[in-house]
Amino acid sequence: MSSTDYIIQVKDLTKQFGAFTAVDHITFEVHRGEIFGFLGANGAGKTTAMRMLCGLSYPTSGSGTVAGFDVVKQGEKIKRHIGYMSQRFSLYDDLTVMENMELFGGIYGVKSRDLKDRATALLQKLDFSEERDTLVSALPLGWKQKLAFAVATLHRPEIVFLDEPTGGVDPITRRQFWEMIYQAANEGTTIFVTTHYMDEAEYCNRISMMVDGKIKALDTPAQLKKTFNATSMDEVFRILARDAKRNT
Amino acid sequence: MTGFLKFVKKETLHIVRDSRTMLIALLMPVVQILLFGFAISTEVNNVNVAVVVPKWDEQIRQSVNKLSANPYITYKGDINEREIDQYLRSGKVDAIVVFAHDFDRLMAQWKQHGHGKAAMQLVMDASNTNTAQAGAGYLNNILAGELMQSNALVETHMLFNPQMKSAFNFVPGIMGMIFILICAMLTSVAIVREKETGTMDVLLVSPVRPLTIILAKMTPYFILSCINLTTILLLARFVLGIPMTGNLGSIIIVSIVYLMLSLALGLLISTIAKQQIVALLISAAVMLMPIVMLSGMMFPIENMPAVLKPVSAIVPARWYIDAMRRLMIQGASFSLILKDFIILVVMTIALLAIALKNFNDKLE
Repeated sequence: MSSTDYIIQVKDLTKQFGAFTAVDHITFEVHRGEIFGFLGANGAGKTTAMRMLCGLSYPTSGSGTVAGFDVVKQGEKIKRHIGYMSQRFSLYDDLTVMENMELFGGIYGVKSRDLKDRATALLQKLDFSEERDTLVSALPLGWKQKLAFAVATLHRPEIVFLDEPTGGVDPITRRQFWEMIYQAANEGTTIFVTTHYMDEAEYCNRISMMVDGKIKALDTPAQLKKTFNATSMDEVFRILARDAKRNT
Repeated sequence: MTGFLKFVKKETLHIVRDSRTMLIALLMPVVQILLFGFAISTEVNNVNVAVVVPKWDEQIRQSVNKLSANPYITYKGDINEREIDQYLRSGKVDAIVVFAHDFDRLMAQWKQHGHGKAAMQLVMDASNTNTAQAGAGYLNNILAGELMQSNALVETHMLFNPQMKSAFNFVPGIMGMIFILICAMLTSVAIVREKETGTMDVLLVSPVRPLTIILAKMTPYFILSCINLTTILLLARFVLGIPMTGNLGSIIIVSIVYLMLSLALGLLISTIAKQQIVALLISAAVMLMPIVMLSGMMFPIENMPAVLKPVSAIVPARWYIDAMRRLMIQGASFSLILKDFIILVVMTIALLAIALKNFNDKLE
């Protein structure tokens, strides 16, 4: 009954580009409804691993399921059941708030009437109702980021992949953004998030640390700190990344 | 399908909201057609001519009258033999006609025997070879016309473009250029922009198939180009007065194949370029230069050095421009441009295949 307990389950997932092994036999599980932090230095293989989980890239070897679908054979089905928000801002600047929502809702097959209700509700929740016909380019970055998250969850995915969602955002907005993440998690959505900020790592239920394509540690933040006898996640990260051979 | 239409709507909004680009895309063909049609021309319209007459007589007077009456020639009066060099050097005149001092005797000899010594001399300023050549041609025709007719040696008929208007020649060239510009350049920039802003990633993790994204991206540019095609054809027919004797259906079919070829080129560029500026440079430098230089738009392919001729054969615009010239100006039937058409179709399929393969490889 693993598929009900775990939303992500991968075994020995590997991706090679020629002689270079970007992701080297990673094995881990993500529970339904948890906030899972996927950490690692630049070039550690985070993005490549995430692309495989999202059905964007085929693994060279290994196996796994995301939302109950095979990462090797059912990439297209996975895409329907996940949400994705990238590190770079991912809405269209020259479309209005509502047009963006309609577009992305439409892409994920949300029916027009549902879409309208959901969009209106979301805008109300975000206190954005007045901005529905504003061009996204006119919004401040923090708002855009929140909106992007709202759009990524518009089709009610079981799991949302957030690729460094808070890059370049001020601390207050980051805090607000994490509140949104918590809320989504409370409503049952699994959150899979990569981040550079070690303070954000503390907000996660569990964390994996990737070094040189391998997962070097995976546990709750508190347990990790205990294991490595560290006072902060930053320190844990430094201890783990010390032996990294791939330079950033 | 609805997903596709949503995408087309999105792409259309991108274009419409970027009013500057749209204005350029829609006005560029009009400006170019009018510019090449009226302002820029390779015809030599105004040859300044002076004459040197040692001894006026009735025959010479007639010849000079014919010269000054000709619309392509501006008569600058008669000058002294010693002034020839100074007049040409100062640029006051482009050509000087020197009549022999025994002009009437020499002409009589010609008329009688059909051969003889030269009775007139043309001194041309050949620093601009184009003007010199055309001017010499005009003057020869006007002055020797009478004699030639009496001998009936060569009778010349200028078919298809009897007035030798250069605009006729330019319109197909402009079409060959504009569609590459709009389709290839704008599409490649539009696709690369999504890569640059990161929205492409978001689209690719969505359930929408990459092919749908690409097709939807191309659709508005295709429509835009069709609008341009209509504008160009209307301007060519009704403003420039190009006969368009060929089959309109053939013109449109060949043009549509060429549009698709341009779109495929744009897609190919977008798979190579990572930044918008790179896409722009590739489109401009790698696409535009060969079109202007090697397609026969400006310089006849027949005159190219042997090394460049095969190079010009891989420039798609060459075949399109050739087909358009034949269809629009000569009124050729479709069977006569079949070779051009087949080459364009093969090129389109090849480019599309390479571009799509490249695009899919890049996804991996």
